[in-house]
Parts: sequence; structure tokens; C-alpha cells
Amino acid sequence: MPLKTQTITVNMGPQHPSTHGVFRAVIKMEGERIVDLEPVIGYLHRGIEKLAEGRTYIQSIPLTDRLDYITSMSNNWAYVRSIERLMGIEPPERAEYIRVIMAELTRMQSHLISVGFLLNDLGAFFTPMLYCLEGREKILDLFEAASGSRMTCNYMRPGGLRQDLPDGWLDQCRKVVDWFPGYVDELEQLMTENEILVMRCRGVGVLRPEVARSYGVTGPMGRASGLNYDVRRAEPYSVYSRFDFQVPVTSNGDTYDRYLVRIREIRQSVRILQQALRDIPEGDYTAKVPKALRPPAGEAYTRIEAPKGELGFYLVSDGGPNPYRWHVRPPTFVNLSCLKDLTVGWKIADVVVILGSVDIILGEVDR
Amino acid sequence: MAEEQDLLAEVRAAVPEAEFEVVEGSRDLTLVVKPEHLLDICSHLRDQAHMDYLSMITSVDRPEYFEVVYYLYSYRHGGPPVVIKVRLPKDAPQVPSLTSLWRGADWQEREVYDMMGITFTGHPDLKRILTWEGFPGHPLRKDYTYAVETTTEELLPTLPEPLEASNRLEKR
Repeated sequence: MPLKTQTITVNMGPQHPSTHGVFRAVIKMEGERIVDLEPVIGYLHRGIEKLAEGRTYIQSIPLTDRLDYITSMSNNWAYVRSIERLMGIEPPERAEYIRVIMAELTRMQSHLISVGFLLNDLGAFFTPMLYCLEGREKILDLFEAASGSRMTCNYMRPGGLRQDLPDGWLDQCRKVVDWFPGYVDELEQLMTENEILVMRCRGVGVLRPEVARSYGVTGPMGRASGLNYDVRRAEPYSVYSRFDFQVPVTSNGDTYDRYLVRIREIRQSVRILQQALRDIPEGDYTAKVPKALRPPAGEAYTRIEAPKGELGFYLVSDGGPNPYRWHVRPPTFVNLSCLKDLTVGWKIADVVVILGSVDIILGEVDR
Repeated sequence: MAEEQDLLAEVRAAVPEAEFEVVEGSRDLTLVVKPEHLLDICSHLRDQAHMDYLSMITSVDRPEYFEVVYYLYSYRHGGPPVVIKVRLPKDAPQVPSLTSLWRGADWQEREVYDMMGITFTGHPDLKRILTWEGFPGHPLRKDYTYAVETTTEELLPTLPEPLEASNRLEKR
């Protein structure tokens, strides 16, 4: 007698431990094999773009902390850069260096979270994660010392920073940065050649370069698929053109490569930090900026290479104290849209891993 | 600047029937095009001018018209963007979808539809994305008001249909 099969629809989420927040995937399966997947988002939609229209430019900076809540420093920077472009403000050099330092520290701790949770999704419950958190904690301590907050930093302002670094911060940062290469070596010893990681990730969830290009995928995910695109190189901003660093690119586009690219980016961030900490000048931490901002009518879009890809802010001003339009281009919203292409044909257990390697933060996807 | 002029000349030569306006004094090279020429111009920019990266789609509710804004970059060459703007009338705004050129346009166009109520013709699955089906109005429009007397029941999404019968395991 032939085996009778039928398609089954399963809702994965919105409350599912591996969806990294509140995300739902409607999965159609034949047996364990996925034939269709439709991502459903919006569960964390807070109307941030509408809220920002009713606030002044400065009042919206804390809202950016809550987009991708792992990388608030980068979000702050992308947003204040957009205001600076709108108003033609030039931040002093010391502020730019501190911003680069904060952004690279953010990249390192974001990739640590991403790698740690990927291992969690693979079933290595919280042991590798805690190794990753060890490095992240040291960075969060630095954030707390500088801004008063570990995660929602709210540290940058148009024209510079909210306050200068406290005494001894740079020495402490140097210590952490010097400690990091050995720490990443240790992580890699535990994970990179690990047989389970390799077997479950290599060749799984392949994103081909032409598909990635069509979707507009950026960040480590795009670079794992061979798209050599990094905003720090493609359209250099701030003082990045002064630093010597590489942009890691791999060609397989599978889950394993996405892991590898993130680990390599941590090492490159260490390189940038070493140079920035060596060269950081004395001087003002902020330019002279009026207390109440009224940018001239016009619009500005700026983007930075956030840890997860291209993060852009589009601001339209009508000359008033509030923005007329305030739009975020979040990297993971765009990266997530290709999930169906990554998962069809794989088993449901692989969806968890593939989703982990996309590295989504729903605060930013849903806004 | 010379590169910008070359690019404009190329677009003019490739899509001769399209009239577009270059916005003077804007920070990035900005073209205002008519909706009917949008697909031709974008397809030329993607294939001939290597502007193959559709980074952002968004919309602005201006006093006289709706504006849909596209930012195109180049994966291969990097560098500054080309900005395409389409201006649409206030009543029944419609613009062709770019999903046939970039699959990444799918979600961003759905977001513009959801938040601003602009219809993208030719979109394969145009439905709300950040709010739910049945949500009243389009929140980012300037005339959107949240009615205070709206009851919670009116705002809540209608519950989905129970899973189809086919989903239950059939008895042999």
C-alpha cells in the first residue's frame, strides 16, 4: 500500500523560543520538509515613526535606542548623522573617534550575541552563549561607564556626544581590546571546528549572491554570500577612511559562512579599535549646537554600516522643531524578507538555525 | 558632477519618452519621474548604470501630493545614491510595483501601502505588514487621527479562521 502523505500547516511563533522575539512563520510542510514559508511580522510594532513626528529631533534619540536594542550606539549614530547632514553640522574630531570606538564595540558585542544565540538554536543550550556573554559584559561595562546605561545608551547628540568619556575610560577600553584577540581564539577553538556546528550549518540555508542582490541584503549576511559591500568602504563616512582594516567576504552563502563572517568581523573591529585608541585626539566632544534644533526645510538620508547591515535614517524637515517625516531603513527588516528562499526544502529543525543566522531583532523589524 | 551628467544623458537616451525633472540643490542626485516611466528608468539604472541595489523605499505625505522615494545604490561600485521620486495625487495614489525588478521591493512596498495607503500595481501580494488586516486607516498620513472613542474591540484584529480541516490528520 502506498504511503499516504498530506501537507500540514504549522504556525511557528509568535511565542517560540527560537524566534528571537515575537515573530511568526507560517510553515507548510510535507513530512518534515518545508514546501512554503510565510513570515508574519508586526507583533512588536510601536509606531515609532509616527511617534517621532510628534517629538523634537533630540527627543527621538531614545526611540532609536529601542529599534535594535542590542546595538543602540550604532542607531544613535545613524540618526544624529542624519540630523547633522540636514543642518550641516560638522562634529569635532574627538567626537568622531569616540563614535567609531563605540560603533566597533557595538559590532563586537552584537556579533557575540548573534553567534551565541546561533549555538543556542543548535541545541547547545547556553554553554557557548555564556562564553560569548563574557566578552559582551566587558563591553557593556564600558558603555555603562560612558553613557550611564548598558543597553539603551542614548549617548550621541547632533554635533557630538552627550558628555565626554570619564577619566580612565580609554585605558580600560585598551585593556578590553587587548584581551579580545585571545578571547576570540578561545571561542573559535570551542566552536569553529565543532563537528555539530559544521554538520548542521555547512551547506544549510544557502543564499545565492544574485538572490541576495535582488533582495538588497547587506551586512554580514550579504558578505557571507559574496557581496563585497560595506558602507564603511562603499561610501566612507566619519573617520573610517583613516583606518586599515579588511572586509571579510566568503562565497558559500550558507549558515556556516554567516557565522564565520561575524567571527572575522570581530577581529577586524579589534584592529580598528587598536588604531582608533592609538590616534584619538584631545579636544571638544561636541560642536556648538543650539539647544532647540530647527533644521532648514529639506531632507536627508544617511546610512552607516550597523552590525547587522545598512542602517539608514531618512528625515524630512519643514523648518519646524519636529521632523515632518522620520523613516528608518532597518537592515534586518530587509534581510529577513528573503527567509522563504533560504528555508524551502529544508527541515523544520533547520528553520531555527537559519533564522538564527539571519540575526533578526524584532524591535527593528517591526519598529 | 560630470558623472551625474553622464548618467542623466544615458537615462535620457535610453528612455527618450520619459520626462523627468532633476531637483536642483538636493543633497543627492534626485530625479522626479512620472509613475508610468518609473519601471523603464529603474530597469535602465539597474542593468546599464549598475545601480543594482535598491536600498530604501519610503513615502512622504506632502501637503499637495504623496511622494514615494526610492534610493538606489551600486553593489559593485559603491558611491553615492540616485534618488527617484514619484509624485502621486492625493486621491487614489497608485504607482507601479518594482517587485519585478527587485524582490526586496516586496516588503518595503507593503510597508508603504500599510502606513501611507499607496497602492502598488503589479505587486504579487499587497497586504498590510506591520499592522493587521482590518486596521482602520493609514497611520503615517497627516490626516490620520486616532479616535479616542474607538473601543478596544474595534481595534483588535478579527480572529483568524480555525485551521483548515485538511490540516487535521485524516483517518485511514
